[in-house]
Amino acid sequence: MLKNRIIPCLDVKNGRVVKGINFVDLKDAGDPVEQAKIYSDGGADEICFLDITASNENRDTIYDVVEKTSKKCFVPLTVGGGVRSVDDINKLLNCGADKVSINTAAIQNPEVVEESSKKFGSQCIVVAIDAKKNGDKWEIFTHGGRNNTRIDAIEFAKKMEDSGAGELLVTSMDRDGTQVGYDIELMSKISSMVNIPVIASGGVGNLDHLVDGIKLGNASAVLAASIFHYGKHSVKEAKEYLDSKGIPVRI
Amino acid sequence: MNVTIVDYNSGNISSVINSFKEVAKDKVNIEVTSDLNKIKSSDKVVLPGQGSFKSCVDALNNINGLVDTLSEFVINNKKPLLGICVGLQMFADIGYEETETKGLGWISGKVSKIDNQNGKYKLPHIGWNQINIVKDSKIFKNIENNSHMYFVHSYEFIPNDKSVISGTTDYSSNIVCSVEKENIFGTQFHPEKSDKTGLKIINNFINL
Repeated sequence: MLKNRIIPCLDVKNGRVVKGINFVDLKDAGDPVEQAKIYSDGGADEICFLDITASNENRDTIYDVVEKTSKKCFVPLTVGGGVRSVDDINKLLNCGADKVSINTAAIQNPEVVEESSKKFGSQCIVVAIDAKKNGDKWEIFTHGGRNNTRIDAIEFAKKMEDSGAGELLVTSMDRDGTQVGYDIELMSKISSMVNIPVIASGGVGNLDHLVDGIKLGNASAVLAASIFHYGKHSVKEAKEYLDSKGIPVRI
Repeated sequence: MNVTIVDYNSGNISSVINSFKEVAKDKVNIEVTSDLNKIKSSDKVVLPGQGSFKSCVDALNNINGLVDTLSEFVINNKKPLLGICVGLQMFADIGYEETETKGLGWISGKVSKIDNQNGKYKLPHIGWNQINIVKDSKIFKNIENNSHMYFVHSYEFIPNDKSVISGTTDYSSNIVCSVEKENIFGTQFHPEKSDKTGLKIINNFINL
């Protein structure tokens, strides 16, 4: 039976972890490689790096991080943030990323998704959709949530599936950082509209939220950042909790 | 000992290279090449594969003499080869991804799309699934039955001779996830991404 995945996400800026695990004895708490290794040793099903480097001159730092991590972690590694072109995707894959998540570029330039999934295979192309509720629909935001495109998130999800995306990483901008739980309605709507796996993101504050994301939101995988970073829960605890609620996980 | 990972522009092979190097340490030399002479002289060959069946077969054919060299290595010289993902799928006679495409024909059978039962199951089949070991395979030495492996694929290999199947996994149906036919080994899952258990399989192959 296929297991639901738990994916811890690390924010990386200028090659350093911004919000990291600070509850364990780390030689260097800002080292993304060391943090990723703790997660993979702890049973994380995948690791996600979100590069939030703002300036262009430091953009290349992520390549070094990915290269070092992929030599230490032998679970899938997804990298997103600032991915603009097929060339960027190529570089990340060559450094050892297994999947690349595309956000703004997928909206501004949808052929990047089409072209890259043809070139590298759908299995490594994740489209990240950041959506905010407006009335009875959800609209897509880009540039870290600053820019409203007015594009309907559900229709866009379908379009990305047709363009060759292998997975969708759906983040509720309303919930992100609030710790009140995923936007279940958004997750389940998108999940029922597409035949590719949906990864739920944005808003996890406790382990029940992970359960809801899978049971009610029909997500194939759940992504979370802060509940793992600040030592509230380990990946292992999360898995045991999901297991106790009857959700199939890899233990 | 030399183990060659065939680099034929089949997509992202960094993870395969990293995992083999991690397991081999300094004891075994890992080559990454499409050089025919190096392939001929190696002790073992790894055939990775990502993307579509057609794109991988096309990429193999684009390198002059590569298919013949690999066939000689496997069929005539009976040296060990491990196919991973589409690398395994290409053992078949024929594949139906994108368009009907001829495979290597080393293990008779076909590669067709996983039946998603009218959308009931998501495709690709992505994530960790358990393997059911159905026959003793040398690469499964010290691997427990029902171990978790990382999968990502939408197509499955259906061999004609079921005795080559060494493992299956349950998704929308019972999917072939590994084969062994004499010196030919293949995994549909990604041992290079399957954490410690995956590395153990790689170690078993290196130590054959």
